[in-house]
Amino acid sequence: MASAAQPTEREVLKPPPTSVGVVGWVRANLFNGFFNSLLTLATIFLLYKTVPPLIRWAFIDSVWHTGGQGCRQATGACWAVVTENLRFIIFGFYPYDQQWRPLTAMLLLFLLLFISRDRRYWKKSLLYTWVIGLTAMGILMRGGILGLQPVESTQWGGLPLTLLLSIFGLTAAYPLGVLLALGRQSQMKGIKTLCVVYIELIRGVPLISLLFMSSIIFPLFLPEGVTINKILRAQVAIILFTAAYIAEVVRGGLQGMPRGQYEAAEALGLNYYLTMRLVILPQALKIVIPPTVSILISAFKDTSLVVIIALYDVLKTTQSVLSNPKWMGFSPEAYIFVAILYFLGCFSMSNYSRKLEKELSTEEY
Amino acid sequence: MATDVAGENIPFWLDPKKRAVVFQILVFCLVGLLAYYLVSNTLTNLKRQSIATGFGFLEKEASFEIGESMIPYSSADTYARALLVGALNTLKVSFIGIVLSVLLGTIIGIARLSSNWLVARLAGLYIEVMQDIPVLLQLFFWYAIFYETLPSPRQALHPFAGVFLCNRGVAVAVPSAHPAYKWMLAAFLAACVLTWLMRRWARRRQEERGLIFPVFRVGLAMLLGFPLIVWWAFGMPHAMNVPKLVGFNFKGGITFSPEFIALLMGLVLYTAAFVAEVVRAGIQSVNKGQTEAALAIGLKQSQVLNLVILPQALRVIIPPLTSQMLNLTKNSSLAVAIGFPDFVSVANTTINQTGQSIEGVALIMAVYLFFSLSTSVFMNWYNQKAALVER
Repeated sequence: MASAAQPTEREVLKPPPTSVGVVGWVRANLFNGFFNSLLTLATIFLLYKTVPPLIRWAFIDSVWHTGGQGCRQATGACWAVVTENLRFIIFGFYPYDQQWRPLTAMLLLFLLLFISRDRRYWKKSLLYTWVIGLTAMGILMRGGILGLQPVESTQWGGLPLTLLLSIFGLTAAYPLGVLLALGRQSQMKGIKTLCVVYIELIRGVPLISLLFMSSIIFPLFLPEGVTINKILRAQVAIILFTAAYIAEVVRGGLQGMPRGQYEAAEALGLNYYLTMRLVILPQALKIVIPPTVSILISAFKDTSLVVIIALYDVLKTTQSVLSNPKWMGFSPEAYIFVAILYFLGCFSMSNYSRKLEKELSTEEY
Repeated sequence: MATDVAGENIPFWLDPKKRAVVFQILVFCLVGLLAYYLVSNTLTNLKRQSIATGFGFLEKEASFEIGESMIPYSSADTYARALLVGALNTLKVSFIGIVLSVLLGTIIGIARLSSNWLVARLAGLYIEVMQDIPVLLQLFFWYAIFYETLPSPRQALHPFAGVFLCNRGVAVAVPSAHPAYKWMLAAFLAACVLTWLMRRWARRRQEERGLIFPVFRVGLAMLLGFPLIVWWAFGMPHAMNVPKLVGFNFKGGITFSPEFIALLMGLVLYTAAFVAEVVRAGIQSVNKGQTEAALAIGLKQSQVLNLVILPQALRVIIPPLTSQMLNLTKNSSLAVAIGFPDFVSVANTTINQTGQSIEGVALIMAVYLFFSLSTSVFMNWYNQKAALVER
């Protein structure tokens, strides 16, 4: 028996070559069993039928730089509809010679987002940096001082508008959502009812009805002579809408907190504000990071709905390029470009949330 | 008792209960003031612009055409009827969309968990890409594909027998009208009721005596068999109503408009990605030990799925699935962007024609609120029914 426990050189059998390496991997993952093999072959056949023609359409037969006429003769994709109109799609009606300003503002925003990715920088100073950065972006977009030519917000459009609606929408909706969630969990019956009604009302209707409200009804709410910019009105609708969804997510986090946490805070003599600020919210908000990010992602996607009330976001500028007779008929290419923009935004958000979730969860152990 | 004595001396701004009352009164006053301000502004504005309030306009003649309708409608009908047409169209697209997206989503969700690397990766790619592109953009994309890349009816694509694809929509052949079909439907409904009764009976028998009855196979046989027998009894009518090109468009069969197809495709492909994630999470929520235990007590593979996995997975799946269904219904309001006459679209036209913007938006909100509130009533009922009975 002792010899069995210590195998000699001769007894060590190597695994058969078909179960290790590439062959082994293919066998284990693609051809384990009759049904799976059939599935793999069917999938490969389908890919063979669809992917090469798609690559041919998108890259080999495609036209990248030409007028509309050259596109009509091409058999592949007409990417020229994007490249030739890139500046209009991205910046909308912003004065042509001033477009370096929104470009700088966007680069500044991306820089700020990039810095904020790292949790080591999550300090007060980062907050101040954001405030300074956003002010700088506002000055760049609006102009009027520092020798910059003033640009009315009615001329803002394209990608900067999409980003503006998203960033301000999210930053304003988050605190409002947390307040609503606290209200919904409150002991005060009146406050609670108010918050429940608000949240359920907003979550029950589509965003588009709120946008209609902001664009058609809201002007009626204001006294004569007072008008509020259309972009701001849509922005408010997006904020009010997103806040209700964030509130529900945060409520989930609050309900997930064990009672002991509340009792311990009470035992320490903390009042309501301090209990929430120091004990409950830091933990509750941490639990709900993943669902919060998916709310943020859908809010980012939902900004595209402002197309319907005729704000020139990146989707609307694309559509107005496509309504030009010269470029009519190349919608798929243009929409694919916009889809890639949205995909990059959403994908980086969801990727970041996965990373953050991992970082935060390891801390607990 | 000591606290009571102390309590008498506490000034009201330090007593949490009294403070709460004061705070709530303050908040309500603020909200009330805001509401008063807005309403009074609105009333003066309406008076100034001489817009009549109220829902009286619903009785007036709509005088606009609606492209597709499930009930007879002409431009001479009232606004109320036009809105009803819109609501029915919303229900139609939502219902078909929900059925298709649940089917597709379940398949993709299971594929995501497949042991086949290629299939799992492709399903993952699908989910990631579809979730990250706004549904409105997807609607525009499919609509553009229909409108711009498909040929005119004269050169319509003809992928299968009886199906024609062109930029005016999809024309599909349907069996020509015959009394047999009514009876087949009746037979199918009868089979549904019988299957349901059989399932109850089989469950009770199994609980009492431990005998298993092949409900699925017998049920399937009834659901398929009854209509087939009726069909045979009527002499197997098989005349088809095939769409034919008459002038510039197809006549006969059923024609689906490009707006409807684009809306349906966009909604289904988008929502299916979310449904797939829900299904995946549900299946993964069932502990692997459950499967192993079920196999260990000698259940067959199908019984493991039916008796052990599904009842537990469905408890996790149903709530988020309902909210996805609701999302699909709410997203169907984007039909207004591609011109499908759903409720929002018809209400929008009504607002533009009558100027009754407040009433119009209020109607839109009321209709969707009705949908979501009835869904949440169902959810509460289901949650109570499905809640774990802990011993």
